Amino acid sequence: MGVEGIGARVTRKEDKRFLTGKGRYTDDMTVPGMKYACFVRSPYAHAKIGDIDATAAKAMPGVIDVLDGKQLQADGIGNLICGWMIHSKDGSPMKMGAWHPLAVDTVRYVGDAIAIVVADSSGEARDAAEAVVIDYEQLPVVTEAVAALASGAPQIHPEAPGNLIFDWQIGEPDAVDEAIAAAAHVTEIEILNNRLSPNPMEPRATLGIYDTAEDHYTCYTTSQNPHVARLVMSAFYNVAPENKLRVIAPDVGGGFGSKIYIYPEEIICLWASKKTGVPVKWTSDRTEAFLTDAHGRDHASKVKMAFDANNHITALKVDTIANLGAYMSLFSSAVPTYLYATLLSGQYTIPAIHANVRTVYTNTVPVDAYRGAGRPEATYLLERTIETAARELGVSPAELRRTNFIRSFPYQTPVIMNYDAGDYEASLNAAMQAADWAGFAARRSQSEARGKKRGIGMSCYIEACGIAPSAAVGSLGAGVGLWESAEVRVNAVGTIEVLTGSHSHGQGHETTFAQLVAGRLGVPIESISIVHGDTDKVQMGMGTYGSRSGAVGMSAVVKALDKVEAKAKKIAAHLMEASEEDIVIENGELKVAGTDKSVPWFQVALASYTAHNLPSGMEPGLKETAFYDPSNFTFPAGCYIAEVEIDPDTGETDIVQFVAADDFGNIINPMIVEGQVHGGIAQGIGQALLENVQYDANGQLLTASYMDYAMPRADDLPSFTLSHQNTPCPSNPLGIKGCGEAGAIGSPPALINAITDAIGHNKLTMPATPMKVWQALHAAH
Amino acid sequence: MYATSYHRASSVEDAVKLKSANEEGKYLSGGMTLIATMKQRLAAPSDLIDLRHIPVLRGISIDGRKVTIGAATPHADVAASRELAAICPAICKLAGHIGDPHVRHMGTIGGSIANNDPAADYPAGLLGLGATIVTDRRSIRADDFFTGLFDTALEEGEMVTSVTFEAPEKAGYAKFNNPASRFAMTGVFVAKTAGGVRVAVTGAGSSGVFRHPGFEQALASNWSADALGSVAVDASNLMSDMHANAEYRANLVKVMAKRAVISAG
Ligand SMILES: Cc1cc2nc3c(=O)[nH]c(=O)nc-3n(C[C@H](O)[C@H](O)[C@H](O)COP(=O)(O)OP(=O)(O)OC[C@H]3O[C@@H](n4cnc5c(N)ncnc54)[C@H](O)[C@@H]3O)c2cc1C
Repeated sequence: MGVEGIGARVTRKEDKRFLTGKGRYTDDMTVPGMKYACFVRSPYAHAKIGDIDATAAKAMPGVIDVLDGKQLQADGIGNLICGWMIHSKDGSPMKMGAWHPLAVDTVRYVGDAIAIVVADSSGEARDAAEAVVIDYEQLPVVTEAVAALASGAPQIHPEAPGNLIFDWQIGEPDAVDEAIAAAAHVTEIEILNNRLSPNPMEPRATLGIYDTAEDHYTCYTTSQNPHVARLVMSAFYNVAPENKLRVIAPDVGGGFGSKIYIYPEEIICLWASKKTGVPVKWTSDRTEAFLTDAHGRDHASKVKMAFDANNHITALKVDTIANLGAYMSLFSSAVPTYLYATLLSGQYTIPAIHANVRTVYTNTVPVDAYRGAGRPEATYLLERTIETAARELGVSPAELRRTNFIRSFPYQTPVIMNYDAGDYEASLNAAMQAADWAGFAARRSQSEARGKKRGIGMSCYIEACGIAPSAAVGSLGAGVGLWESAEVRVNAVGTIEVLTGSHSHGQGHETTFAQLVAGRLGVPIESISIVHGDTDKVQMGMGTYGSRSGAVGMSAVVKALDKVEAKAKKIAAHLMEASEEDIVIENGELKVAGTDKSVPWFQVALASYTAHNLPSGMEPGLKETAFYDPSNFTFPAGCYIAEVEIDPDTGETDIVQFVAADDFGNIINPMIVEGQVHGGIAQGIGQALLENVQYDANGQLLTASYMDYAMPRADDLPSFTLSHQNTPCPSNPLGIKGCGEAGAIGSPPALINAITDAIGHNKLTMPATPMKVWQALHAAH
Repeated sequence: MYATSYHRASSVEDAVKLKSANEEGKYLSGGMTLIATMKQRLAAPSDLIDLRHIPVLRGISIDGRKVTIGAATPHADVAASRELAAICPAICKLAGHIGDPHVRHMGTIGGSIANNDPAADYPAGLLGLGATIVTDRRSIRADDFFTGLFDTALEEGEMVTSVTFEAPEKAGYAKFNNPASRFAMTGVFVAKTAGGVRVAVTGAGSSGVFRHPGFEQALASNWSADALGSVAVDASNLMSDMHANAEYRANLVKVMAKRAVISAG
């Protein structure tokens, strides 16, 4: 490990600009003649819309135009789509209702966009938006998934009778039922996974620029995957052909999944720019973000876990209802299916698994991937169930997990996934030791002496990152491939640009990707720049989500580097009249092994561009591209332990310790990995104790600001005790598994297991607010 | 935000005059409530009359045990005042737990009580201390000032200039934060004053801050947390919302009252 190579705690190159306020975000972009947009949004959760009268609005000061859905439709702009086809168990395709970027005849959630106002200033645009008069005929509303499936529930899309989008299954129902019938013990539990708002620090924004002379569009946007945005906007929404559409995602202030999707606003601002002849910028405010950014989770499940007489799990049966909101967002169908039910084996040998998943329309914001996407739902369900089983069986939660751990790899689960490597016991042992599990009983008595309730809980999670390979996901219904590309461009003086299709919006790629190159070539990290987020600069890419940038994005860089190195070695061998096989690259030099002959890196680069003296037939230049398609998912895993102390007077939970023991495979930058884990745990604690999106019966969002939506703050969190037990991932050249979501996946069940341990029973749902914990304690008395 | 005209008042008279000349105008103090409301387009005053540059409105003066706090004094100044802490630490502690540092450096006592948010801290402090609210035209007892949710005894155009109170023999404040906003989900201020024991509850009542006579009587005969154990808290006049129902608030009222007594010593 070099000081700047793989494994080094290099401080983040990008932080200087972020910490000094010099980041360049979409809202910082201004171009000559730019105007501002405000969207007219539905105040009702479900209504027919009649006449849209913009006469008064158009006459207001500064207003350039007001455009509506009929005009958008007339111009041939397409409907928004869901990019992953799921078939119900009867073979029928999922029932996707139409999602018009601007509502045409019906609005289906509070915040549904109806018209766009373009004006000289954002204030004038807002004033005019309020003056647009719309005839609404209110319709009955349903916000909860279970209620939406009930007979007589309001019908939301004509395409989906009974609001059922699909009724999908995975696994072997008969084998599971037989195992349950034959079981020595069956644990049954109902699990609710609360609905969350992603809340990246930077709200969404977009700037659409139409260039009449070139008939060309530029879209600045807050995207995690600008190339996918371009692909979808041209292939499905008919905004413009790809060669006439440039998408730029500059600095992006966090995404957590919510900036994967292509939202109506991007499409509409591009279209509006052409219609009005001016560049159009829109920036969401915080309440608009609560109202329109895709939410996460919102599952209701029934679970049965069967055991034989030796406490081995024999079967798992899961019945889940998932709320997808008012429209199917881009990956909404994949999250509660292939990203969820395929992880239901957890870290355990479970011979038979069956999961049934029904997805449902409701009059709420669309629900899609949010940090963890499906895996937190699977982990919470499984780890709450096994903890409950341990209590019922009277064995320690650690013992029950040990009894059932998968111990040899590769391991084929009954739900598609093939785990390639792991050592679950190592993380369990490390976590228990770090948490002084053995000393818990004594700590509990001390708490009791002070009138407090103490509890401890664990969670052994597994997740799947770097979703792949493309052929496999294609066969499961994905509309895109899930590879990544990289170009390594060595300049004539030896400095290097790496163009990657991954996108950094907080992950620190400008540092970690540079570390990889610096380590391989031994050149200074300052001489390496990472270029991303612009479809005109970067060849192609699938973007960043699902903890895929390290495992997939960096692997593509490795492949491109392999090619660059091979060519550089040929040139060096030629220059030094040595054999290509004898050339090694070290400390910024190409050396002939075992001799003192060497040429510096920059000289080889220069030679490649002067082309005065290259091996015969070699093309000039030193620049290579690679596309990397992984052979498998990666499987990070670990064990988290939470210990809590509860004040029975108020129900307040104090997290007295939180231990995370993770297996992320090889680690590029431990400091960045720790930061990712800290952030993930903070979000997991948020889900477990604080955060909850709530609608009222009319579909009004009650939690539309931080006055009512409880985001975790620093003083809600303890210090975290972290460790790593890494087994390198065999399926990618760097042995990386991914670390971006683990914290959010592993932590909620550990906390709820700890709290239910403290209160002595299981009747508790997330978020475990002081009131709910107090009520649970009260009910137990 | 809708367009508005800004005025920087130079004196109390100037401010009151500006206000009466602009019927749709509003006094602006720290702006921590008003500006946020305007940004959400829930308020649209034609004019803003800024009070923060009127020297007499800002500062804390202490005369023996008589305390006067200017209406435009920010929470941070009250929290940090050593002179005040020497005779009434509970009010400093209360101010020090309002919002976050930004809010405490901008938000003011006058703005807070004029706004009378049912979950605000100062109303409990002033009602508990038996304070007097001084305006440009009269003095109003705290008992008469806080009249309901976001409602006060202030007349149209009337301006708070200061609040005054006698430092109590003992006082304590205990607050249970709303997990999201960190306003008081329930806050209880207890004080042993020359005029007797006073207990004021904020964050819980369905018509805003209120005194709790049961607690006051119990503490008058026995100043201890234990004395509150057997006193009932009626949940029927308490708020229920998505964060806490009335029953839970009733519990918090008692728990916070006990903690306030303990912190008062
Ligand atoms: C993030 C955040 C957290 C907060 N947390 C808390 C908390 O925990 N506890 C708490 O108690 N408060 C909290 N607040 C509110 C804060 O204390 C404000 O300071 C207070 O509510 C209003 O005071 P202000 O000086 O900012 O008044 P402004 O916002 O300027 O004015 C508020 C209202 O009072 C009127 N007004 C102002 N001054 C006078 C005057 N002298 N005479 C007559 N009318 C006047 C204005 O016209 C306006 O209607 C919080 C606010 C924010 C933004």
